[in-house]
Amino acid sequence: MKRYVMKRLLQLIPILLAITFLSYGMMRMAGSDVVEQKMENTNASVSQDVIDAARAELGLDQPFLVQYGVWLSRLLRGDMGTSYVSRKPVFSTFVGKLPATLLLTVVSILLTILVSIPLGILAAVKQNKVTDYIVRCFSFIGNSLPNFFVSLLLMYLFSIRLGWFPVISQGITMKSVALPAMTLAIAMSSKYLRQVRAAILDELSKDYVTGARARGVRFSVTMLRSVLKASLVTIVTLLTLSIGSLLGGTAIVESIFMWDGVGKLAVDAINMRDYPMIQAYVMWMAIIYVFVNLVTDLSYHCLDPRIRLGGMEP
Amino acid sequence: MSEVTVRKQKVRKNHTKKRLIFFGLLALALLLVAVFAGRLVPYDPYEQNLSLSKLPPSREHLMGTDLYGRDMFSRVLIGAQTSILYTLVLVLIISVGGTVIGVLCGYFGGKADSIMMRISDICLAFPGLVFALAVAALLGGGMSNAVIALAVISWPKYSRVARSQTLAVKTEPYAAAARMAGGNAWQIITRHILPNILGPILVTAVLDIGTMMMELAGLSFLGLGALPPTAEWGNMMSTGRSMLQTHPWLVISPGIAIFITVVIFNLLGDAVRDYLDPRNSSR
Repeated sequence: MKRYVMKRLLQLIPILLAITFLSYGMMRMAGSDVVEQKMENTNASVSQDVIDAARAELGLDQPFLVQYGVWLSRLLRGDMGTSYVSRKPVFSTFVGKLPATLLLTVVSILLTILVSIPLGILAAVKQNKVTDYIVRCFSFIGNSLPNFFVSLLLMYLFSIRLGWFPVISQGITMKSVALPAMTLAIAMSSKYLRQVRAAILDELSKDYVTGARARGVRFSVTMLRSVLKASLVTIVTLLTLSIGSLLGGTAIVESIFMWDGVGKLAVDAINMRDYPMIQAYVMWMAIIYVFVNLVTDLSYHCLDPRIRLGGMEP
Repeated sequence: MSEVTVRKQKVRKNHTKKRLIFFGLLALALLLVAVFAGRLVPYDPYEQNLSLSKLPPSREHLMGTDLYGRDMFSRVLIGAQTSILYTLVLVLIISVGGTVIGVLCGYFGGKADSIMMRISDICLAFPGLVFALAVAALLGGGMSNAVIALAVISWPKYSRVARSQTLAVKTEPYAAAARMAGGNAWQIITRHILPNILGPILVTAVLDIGTMMMELAGLSFLGLGALPPTAEWGNMMSTGRSMLQTHPWLVISPGIAIFITVVIFNLLGDAVRDYLDPRNSSR
């Protein structure tokens, strides 16, 4: 087990190298850089000498491979560089945005679990009855609403009409996280509800359930002890995948509610061509990707020991 | 099989067919509205008239007017043209492109296959919209660039489906027989593999229309898709957003237009899936 985890974590190194190189290359191909973007934003006309000096200072006049090499060698010495825009260290800026994204992730995942699992089970148990149709109808509606529309509707209803929550976030508080988390939870619950329902239905159709019923075991006992446990594999996969993508930040929702997380940071960095900041974000995503996959595989193994860990003797 | 079950299945098949035709016609109607929007609009969607600015919905202006006094109903209709037609182009590009990549990778395998699959892994792992934002920011605004940005990140879905189906078909005895009979790769792919994988690809594509429409509108909403004054639902909502408090219809009418369109295409997608693959129906 330990060796397996180590092996998987070692995979992180080539992935990080490849992905940072790719993103560096992509940004370079764009043609524009941070100096140009700053000038565009301020509308100032600056002489070519000043532009060249600014580029030279940031090392942007060097060939692409040299730039990447310099960035990489600094990284190996534990220095992620400073932001081209704010001139502050990239690492501390990035880490400073993480709590907001973490809180949003945790709250929206909890909401999603609270909504989608009970309703999914309910819909499966009451299959093809009125309850099932109502639940599925809600899930269908949730699936067909773009999240910026949901954000604006919630904002209109709860902030403007009812005044319960602030229109834009006022720091990392439970009150401010409510609406963005609700937006994300609506979209995710609608998606997972169907999958939870399908997983439970699949399990309910197995022979042991009929057997248990024939032997007079109460339905709630079969449900809790066996069916739910067996469906957990599906549910856990879904949840870890969404935790992964939520940790990457949600550009639209974060920017609508002015929630100060990594998604917004990434979008700003991309718009300003702030290479070191973009690299930090890309590395963060690669780390999440490897961890989420690892956790999913390990949880499979724990929940269902029949599933072996890839490439290893049990 | 008893006669009753056979009859039940027939009834069900009939039912799914009716559903398919119904939603197909609805989607077709929507398409016709989009194509002929220019003739259906009651007012010029681009003509500004500041004396009519921000009127609430009324009989003359079903969805009110915007900041510049343009009729919202006309703009939503013209917006259908931009939103729906670009979405369809996008889905067409990614489904054809993704399928070609997937079939070739699945059929020939080798190094190119593993590299392509690694790339598609990465595309699937990244939060789609942030990645699309990066590509769109690199290319600059505009609807065609937004389509390219989304195409760059969305093809792996199709290549995955196409690849796994190709691998499955490749091992079937009839594919082996065709190979032994002297058929070359092109013949085997076009005669045996493509007809067999078209169903799953079609289902994925139709179900994808709604999602892609929402993502395209999302890019426009963030200012990286359609540029004003072009009427597009996402960017209309983005403009209306600052007036949400006083003039909510500026956000709600294009929002509902997106919602209805996505609902129709999702229902059509479900119908297509149930028709082509009854085992996998929503029961």
